[in-house]
Amino acid sequence: MKHAASFLRAAVLVALGGAVGTASADITVISFGGASQKAQDKAYYAPFTKATGVKVVAGEYNGEQAKVKAMVEAGNVTWDVLEVESPELVRGCEEGLFEKIDFAQVGDKADFVPAAVSECGVGIFVWSTALAYNADRLKEAPTSWADFWNVDKFPGKRGLRKGAKYTLEFALLADGVPTSEVYKVLATPAGVDRAFAKLDKLKANIQWWEAGAQPPQLLASGDLVMSAAYNGRISAAQVEGKNLKVVWNGSIYDVDSWAIPKGSPKKAEALKFIRFASQPENQAVFSGEIAYGPVNLKAVPAIDAKVAAGLPTAPENMKGAMATDTEFWVEHGENLEQRFNAWAAR
Amino acid sequence: MLQPYASPVERAWYYGMRGLVGLILAFLFLPILVIVPLSFNADSFLMYPMSGFSLRWYEEFATSPAWRQALMNSLIVSPLATLLAMVLGTLASIGLVRADFPGKALLTAVLISPMVVPVVVIGVAMYIFFAPLGLTGSYTGLVLAHAILGVPFVVTTVTATLQGFDFNLVRAASSLGANPLTTFFRVTLPMVAPGIISGGLFAFATSFDEVVVTLFLASPEQATLPRQMFAGIRENISPTIAAVATILIVLSTLMLMTLEWLRRRAERMRGARR
Amino acid sequence: MSTVVDTSAAVPLPAEGNGTPLKKRLRRAERRRNLLFGALILPLALVVLVAFIWPIGSLLTIGVDNPEIHDNLPRTLAALEDWDGRAPPAEAAFRALADELAAAKGSPAIAAIAKRLNREDAGYRSLVMKTARKLPLDPAVPAREALMAIDAQWGELATWQAIHRAGGALTPFYLLAAIDRTIDADGNIVAAPADERIYVDVLLRTFWMSLVVTVCCLALGFPVAYLMANLSTRHSNMLMVFVLLPFWTSVLVRVAAWIVLLQNEGLVNRLLMWLGLTDSPLQLLFNRFGVYVAMVHILLPFMVLPLYSVMKGISPVYVRAALSLGCPPFRSFWKIYFPQTLPGIGAGGLLVFIMCMGYYITPALLGGPKEQMLSYFIAFYTNQTINWGMAAALSAVLLAATLLLYMVYARYLGPTRVKYMKAR
Repeated sequence: MKHAASFLRAAVLVALGGAVGTASADITVISFGGASQKAQDKAYYAPFTKATGVKVVAGEYNGEQAKVKAMVEAGNVTWDVLEVESPELVRGCEEGLFEKIDFAQVGDKADFVPAAVSECGVGIFVWSTALAYNADRLKEAPTSWADFWNVDKFPGKRGLRKGAKYTLEFALLADGVPTSEVYKVLATPAGVDRAFAKLDKLKANIQWWEAGAQPPQLLASGDLVMSAAYNGRISAAQVEGKNLKVVWNGSIYDVDSWAIPKGSPKKAEALKFIRFASQPENQAVFSGEIAYGPVNLKAVPAIDAKVAAGLPTAPENMKGAMATDTEFWVEHGENLEQRFNAWAAR
Repeated sequence: MLQPYASPVERAWYYGMRGLVGLILAFLFLPILVIVPLSFNADSFLMYPMSGFSLRWYEEFATSPAWRQALMNSLIVSPLATLLAMVLGTLASIGLVRADFPGKALLTAVLISPMVVPVVVIGVAMYIFFAPLGLTGSYTGLVLAHAILGVPFVVTTVTATLQGFDFNLVRAASSLGANPLTTFFRVTLPMVAPGIISGGLFAFATSFDEVVVTLFLASPEQATLPRQMFAGIRENISPTIAAVATILIVLSTLMLMTLEWLRRRAERMRGARR
Repeated sequence: MSTVVDTSAAVPLPAEGNGTPLKKRLRRAERRRNLLFGALILPLALVVLVAFIWPIGSLLTIGVDNPEIHDNLPRTLAALEDWDGRAPPAEAAFRALADELAAAKGSPAIAAIAKRLNREDAGYRSLVMKTARKLPLDPAVPAREALMAIDAQWGELATWQAIHRAGGALTPFYLLAAIDRTIDADGNIVAAPADERIYVDVLLRTFWMSLVVTVCCLALGFPVAYLMANLSTRHSNMLMVFVLLPFWTSVLVRVAAWIVLLQNEGLVNRLLMWLGLTDSPLQLLFNRFGVYVAMVHILLPFMVLPLYSVMKGISPVYVRAALSLGCPPFRSFWKIYFPQTLPGIGAGGLLVFIMCMGYYITPALLGGPKEQMLSYFIAFYTNQTINWGMAAALSAVLLAATLLLYMVYARYLGPTRVKYMKAR
């Protein structure tokens, strides 16, 4: 008994010690994982640790904000820097989940693309969700989302991100809605019904994915013939020798941003990290590692011309592409995601 | 045994039965073996045929900070949770067997309930409840949660062992002049130890393989081995997964052998008493 | 520790006739014993109560909780108390709303209000946020006009009805939604809109998938247990290893193994193509088939073990007697042996079924959206849309179904039989 009691005491002490031990000089940076995280490690985490001695604990998630909310409400914030997509940034900022950021501490606003500057966030990179395919498996190249829906011409499974965002836009594009009208149509109940009706036609041929690392793998293995994919993940697979191609026509681009969960005990280090990651030379390294465009315009000249041609920000690639409507998704996100989830499970 | 005078129908039954069971056991056993060779594959696909022999995936496991952290976390969380479950569970079991009070059946049911309630419900409930207390993203919360998941195994096995335990032995020891502590450590404990240890093993296995509650409660800093495997399978299924799987298979074989040894020992002791 | 009490109970009884009768003293000793041993249960009971039962209880209350409007707009609601709901309310309600929104501005409260109203109808979120940005109002201007100047929606009946509807401290909304019901404008319980009607199907799917897995486990487990029970101990112990090693192996290891086997270029597809059974790879993963195979593989030991322990105790003499009396072998098996295995079938079947009901990891990793069971939706609402009310209501449904089955199990088969159960 006595032994057991002292064991127990030791156990509790060690456990508590563990909890206290996390309050060191490390910062926890949460990103979307996979190839993008690897590139961030090369361009940002490792050099930052080298320059400042602050260790970066890397974690990944798929964009869900529940943990952030729980942490902030509990006043027990263990994530210090977080990569978020733009609707989540706006929503989180309004809901008080993120710290307000004094941009002067990060850099000169004029150096950045406008979408990278906001109340609670600092842009990281411009990325794009685009149609990708395995050129070894398809005789003819698809050129649009209409081709994506054309099962007779291109038989086989297609991959789409499991969620309403982007999926509904692609459905409308495939249904002949021009890029400039997509969000106007989607804002009406009839437009939403139209998008779901279009998805119904393809449903049997869709394989849903959640993590960005999945589409290149599934395309390479032949499980999929085409997929919506993050363009950077496809370019990373190209570097590994896979013959995957991106169709820029009908792609949707967005800026991912850093945000600091409200109440982070390491706000100063977090801000220092964000400043570090926003430096043009580091942004250029990042774009060299993965094909995402820099948000710091000063990084552009430092990027190799060959690399630049493969970025979503290249003028050639911008043709036929559209930007994410952040406001639309802030407003309709919850309802559409819920309806999408009910639809997908049926 | 098949008799020499068995009829053709009996023969067919005899061999058919064994063939069928052989196939079912192969279904149970072979999939686990399939993944082992792939951990030694030279190239980076989790796919047959293998292109050559290499230890690079074990090296990757041993050198990658994420996997090392995950292993460390598992080695911190699971033993602590097991210890907590064993101590609390054993005490409670002694009480449950020896005391008699109204509502005992209900209390037993409550103590065993973590085994019955769906894990996702446990995960969500603890997550929403623990967050304001600062117990999410902490080792303390994770150890506590894993201990609670392990407690039912300790309680069920230890109460079962105690029910077969002859408390006259304790009286005999006391009447021969042993003090209570000596009696406990020299008589009671050795007799019920197999129950405690096998309960503890179950608790350990539960914690060591726990993903769902960990998904809700842990921050990246507390990511355990199964949590890291979950992310790996979902994100990027590389042969490192196979290497980790192989290590875990070796570990489960060891646990199985320990349990078998305990069972034999208990059988021997029972035989000796008879 | 246990010995302390035993000695105290065994203290030599004092000489006869010094007051308290023996019976009374015995009862007192008994009570003391109970108290002391009862105290041993206390630490665990406390931990389980505080860190397990309480969280689950409070989760269930979240399913009926409705604090967003009730707590943040109390004065507006008070002004709406006697409102008949036929025309936009009086100035007082507008004023209260403007004041309270202004007070909530910039705090999490405003987000909670916006989010809750948006659940009534998409669009209210931006209305609330946009309005809050322009507050506080000039006290000289009537609040009604000022709010309507910010957005004409404030003059609409529907907006105020939504506030009124969402204003209760408690709501049956989530629980009803969990069984595909909703409350219409007149307060009647009606079927939910077709594009939201899904949870009854998901519950039925959860039951159905659990049933299929249970039946498969029974069909595969029965012969294995039967043979083991009828072999010599040495041989049956050998077979037992083949059952126990998978049992002790991590679920994730087994899921990974099935991915290796069932993927498009996996071993199973290669084998099928080599045998000429198919020309192109079959889709074996991310569908029902893959989920069933992996779940049966994971749960089979939980069927074999209880079956085996029951079969081990069945005496062979009855079947022998039937055979020697001329009953055909199959008939004697069916009429004599099989009925004796029913407790094992019941125990194993219920055990496997209960565990299936709560499955999350295997369908999440090996299935598509059509393979997801209730657990998935609970996790979805918790993490993805942060709609904890819905997560709680679905948890209540799953918990009720599971506990009901568990009660059947415990009642007919005894709680100690649960020892093989591993929560996954």
